[in-house]
Amino acid sequence: MLKRTPLYAAHKKLGARLVDFGGWEMPVQYTGILEEHRAVRTAAGLFDISHMGQIAVRGGGAPGFLNRVLTNDIRKLQVRQGQYTLMCNERGGVIDDLYVYQVQAEEFLLIVNASRIGADSAWLGRQLAAWPDRAAVDLKNLSEDFGALAAQGPRVAEFIDACFSPRADSSLAATLKKNGIARREFLGRPIYVSRTGYTGEDGFEMVAPAEVLHALWSKVLETGAPFGIKPAGLGARDTLRTEVCYPLYGHELDEATTPIEAGLGVFVAFGKGDFVGRPVLAEQKAAGTTKKLVAFKTAEKSAPPRAKYPIWSAGPDRRRIGHVTSGTQSPSLGVGIGLGYVPPEMSAANSPIEIEIRGKHSCATIVPKPIYRRA
Amino acid sequence: MSKKIPDDVKHARSHEWVRATAGVATVGISDHAQRELTDVVFVELPAVGRQVKAGESCAVVESVKTASDIYSPVTGEITAINAELAQHPELVNTDPYGAGWFFQVKLSHPAELDALLSPSEYSTEVGD
Repeated sequence: MLKRTPLYAAHKKLGARLVDFGGWEMPVQYTGILEEHRAVRTAAGLFDISHMGQIAVRGGGAPGFLNRVLTNDIRKLQVRQGQYTLMCNERGGVIDDLYVYQVQAEEFLLIVNASRIGADSAWLGRQLAAWPDRAAVDLKNLSEDFGALAAQGPRVAEFIDACFSPRADSSLAATLKKNGIARREFLGRPIYVSRTGYTGEDGFEMVAPAEVLHALWSKVLETGAPFGIKPAGLGARDTLRTEVCYPLYGHELDEATTPIEAGLGVFVAFGKGDFVGRPVLAEQKAAGTTKKLVAFKTAEKSAPPRAKYPIWSAGPDRRRIGHVTSGTQSPSLGVGIGLGYVPPEMSAANSPIEIEIRGKHSCATIVPKPIYRRA
Repeated sequence: MSKKIPDDVKHARSHEWVRATAGVATVGISDHAQRELTDVVFVELPAVGRQVKAGESCAVVESVKTASDIYSPVTGEITAINAELAQHPELVNTDPYGAGWFFQVKLSHPAELDALLSPSEYSTEVGD
């Protein structure tokens, strides 16, 4: 039986097409992926991201513990600020990629991938059991109690504050910086609003108790209606994130792939002391890797690339050099785009490659990341 | 929101339609199929001159999300393809029974048409 978010009935009522995503019955689209993608790039879109997990880490020992299990440096975080980070195994392989927020002093909120909630909780539990300062750390999986929404697009800042009771002291749009997080009240319940997203646009993500999520969803849709907001599904979420080259766990990242190989070295803080996976990651940073994640565009009028399609070198002595991890037709650019792993010596921007699509080779070019950048 | 199925087509259970005149069948996909696929972004068509058998996969239609095989409902030789779809794959969505046609087949066994579904049988089949 697939799990359902608090918005299942709302999705059905909107005529969404529901699919299995990581064990959750989620809307892949409402009216159409292209239309929803365009809404997010030009106005606003609202996503149900309640399938994502929330893990709270509290206590005086929390910063030290998190700096041990996560790759980025938690000490860089001020109160009410978040950062993208990764959790690695001893081989440097990625257990999950996540956001960590310091919601108040000695209290951290981890937002993790739906498909990894179980693996993350188990890993964190084992790491904590072996951590000397474990008595000063409280670890709790809150995923069942919370839902989450993402309002994304260039016009969201125009109406986000109107979704909540007016506050004279601070406007979310004016004061919340990228990666910042604020508390708000909604129907008397505390919720978190952060200036983050997975689309390459400005936007806000909201974590709220499951029982008020439906009311919050309706409120944001109603408030955003004059600004062109549309409910948007996971189909558009995927094309939007692929255009800006954000990795998706299970595609670009897995336990046999390191952040260095995935081009996420900027989120690995070698200056903070020891952490899980550090020796392997430091070695890769110094000596190089055997694979590197690249972005590519296909020539016009090629079939769209898809995950698992082979990547070949171009030219007379062409050979198979890797595979596509994510691929789609880019709604913004009108050509096929994708991400994939190739040997580092073949990863230079502007290099020609070929994508094998149903036995035939299509011409493509490695391009700098991101593939699409908002104007 | 369902478009009316024209009277002069028959459907395969795999959602292709056939319109046969003078021994040549024009093939496309149904309105129901285009709605299920949503935004068509690419169509791969068979080579003219290729022999296809009824039920053989001979084209691919791609939406943003997925690639789906298209099966010829009839046996024969491919005599024409809809070159417009290379530039305008969205015709499959906007005019599935007209400008969004895929290919034409010179019928080897016209009797195969008898096994295909009438408009009302197909409507019942897809529950429209």
